[in-house]
Amino acid sequence: MGGAVGQVRQPTALRAFAVLFSAGFRRYATYRRATLAGAFTNTVFGYVRAAVLTTAITGATVGAAVSATATGGGSSAGSGTVAGYTAGQAVTYAWISQGLIASVMLFAWNELALRVRTGDIAVDLARPVDLQWSWLAGDLGRATYLLLPRGGPPVLVGALTTGLLLPHTAWPYLLGGLSTVLAVVVSFAGRFLVNLAAFWLTEVRGLVGAYAGIGAIFGGLLIPLSWFPDWLRVIAWSTPFPAMLQVPVDVLTARVDGATAVRLVVVQLLWATTMLAAGRVMLRLATRKLVVQGG
Amino acid sequence: MTGEKSTGATDLVIESRVLTKEFRRGRSGRRGRTDSVLRAVDSLTVTIRPGEAVGYIGANGAGKSTTIKMITGILKPSTGSVLTCGLDPMRHRRDLARRIGVVFGQRSQLWWDLPLQESLRILGAIHALPPTRWQRRRDQLVERLDLAAFLDRPVRRLSLGERMRGELAAALLHEPELLILDEPTVGLDVLSKERLRVFLREENQGADGGPPRTMLLTTHDMDDVQRLCPRLIVVDTGRCVYDGDHAGLVARVGANRLLVIDLVDPVQELAGALAGLPVAVERTDDAGLRHTITFAPGEVSAGAVLDRVSAVAAIHDLSLSEPDIEEVVRRLYASSA
Repeated sequence: MGGAVGQVRQPTALRAFAVLFSAGFRRYATYRRATLAGAFTNTVFGYVRAAVLTTAITGATVGAAVSATATGGGSSAGSGTVAGYTAGQAVTYAWISQGLIASVMLFAWNELALRVRTGDIAVDLARPVDLQWSWLAGDLGRATYLLLPRGGPPVLVGALTTGLLLPHTAWPYLLGGLSTVLAVVVSFAGRFLVNLAAFWLTEVRGLVGAYAGIGAIFGGLLIPLSWFPDWLRVIAWSTPFPAMLQVPVDVLTARVDGATAVRLVVVQLLWATTMLAAGRVMLRLATRKLVVQGG
Repeated sequence: MTGEKSTGATDLVIESRVLTKEFRRGRSGRRGRTDSVLRAVDSLTVTIRPGEAVGYIGANGAGKSTTIKMITGILKPSTGSVLTCGLDPMRHRRDLARRIGVVFGQRSQLWWDLPLQESLRILGAIHALPPTRWQRRRDQLVERLDLAAFLDRPVRRLSLGERMRGELAAALLHEPELLILDEPTVGLDVLSKERLRVFLREENQGADGGPPRTMLLTTHDMDDVQRLCPRLIVVDTGRCVYDGDHAGLVARVGANRLLVIDLVDPVQELAGALAGLPVAVERTDDAGLRHTITFAPGEVSAGAVLDRVSAVAAIHDLSLSEPDIEEVVRRLYASSA
């Protein structure tokens, strides 16, 4: 039987992964009103961001046009660019990133840290499954559920109000789909690491909040990274945060294509694997010195 | 899996040798860092054989949960060792998780937002139970724990009693050799407690034609222990102060039941009526309406006491309280110190 047990282990691990994925999906599916409220907020913020970016670009380009006494005083927003973005591309960026934000979870997330803090982590550790693997499965389920009800409305409203500049070939969507999955994995791996800090620090809310704040800026949620000054852009691209939002948006909208797009996705893959590996090391250290809180 | 059992190095379900856990409580003060060491579990050496039901009792902070965490491989012992089902729990935590079931009374292993039946399905996949075996076991547990009425309800909307039945089903789904219960009846009403105890008794004795299931139960509730566990291990501040049966424990500390009687008409003295019985009686109000009688559970029954009292006075009301576990442990510790 020994050999047979070894052989069936792989399918059973996959079965557990699939079941935990679906549990993560349905956990979020039970909260319809929260999802609706989130979608509304995502859409409102999408509108605000699209308006701000448009104003910035038309303001800058009108200013440039006046100083150069350019012809075509009625220059449309689309004709000027800021850091490579026309107004049309910028609003597309705003709406698509709003559509992904719930799935890639660039917000403060401390569910795992809370389980460490309350000691409920003991329950997770008393199961015959890998802790990181099972939480990743649940998080991918969560992201998959949130993609449509949280991501759909802002993208739809964007398409109907300002219009979106989207590619007309299949490849950017295929590669973009992969990039989005990897973005969720990188995001999870980062949140997992930050949450594990709860094994050493009893209070991680500050850390989680700071991490989410930096993530929103360096991930490209505030403004596209190409709008940053050079020095800040270099710093941002040396962190994993662009791999969580800027990259999937750029690939989906074909802002980057060809070899550049593939290279960015490979970098995402590298972030995902190294950060998951770091999470495993940290988890091992944590469980070795583990003090489960509470009785 | 059945092949592995026979090759186990030991037939004992739990075997601990001078198991000790110390926590360092670091404190950074003005004079630098000072460490105080708290010994939560101190040189615990116990063995538990297959099929036993053992009550592991002690006051809050006595080290019960710490011991359980070491037994399940969640916490690393400072010194000493423990083998659970013949395995080193720290090194084989996940293999061990397939062979033991744990109920943490204060924590939930169910998926809070999902219907109870989803948790049972997910756990079936996690434990890699073959579908037919899962179905059979699930149906057994649904029937015996009477879960059918709320299987569809999200766990967060279950009452505490319903949730605890769900927790037991979750812990027993994979038919573990050892069931560890950490305060399983805490907060439950009398009826729910009783149902749970009946179920646990059946599990321990081998329900559904299965083998007897070894049980380790921590509790504050003396009733739990009296009903379920022939053997008691009492710990205080990490040390084992008693390991044996009930009669031995009661004899050792002289734990008493407390019978408070309110009479219809005042009586100044009940001692005469109770003469010859091994009880102590005390008038607890000036008027002589209330009397408190204390006696050891094994020596005289409450019925015998009541017979004597009602022979001399009409009883208006009464209350009977069992020896408080905290009190038993305190006395035990005082006597062994």
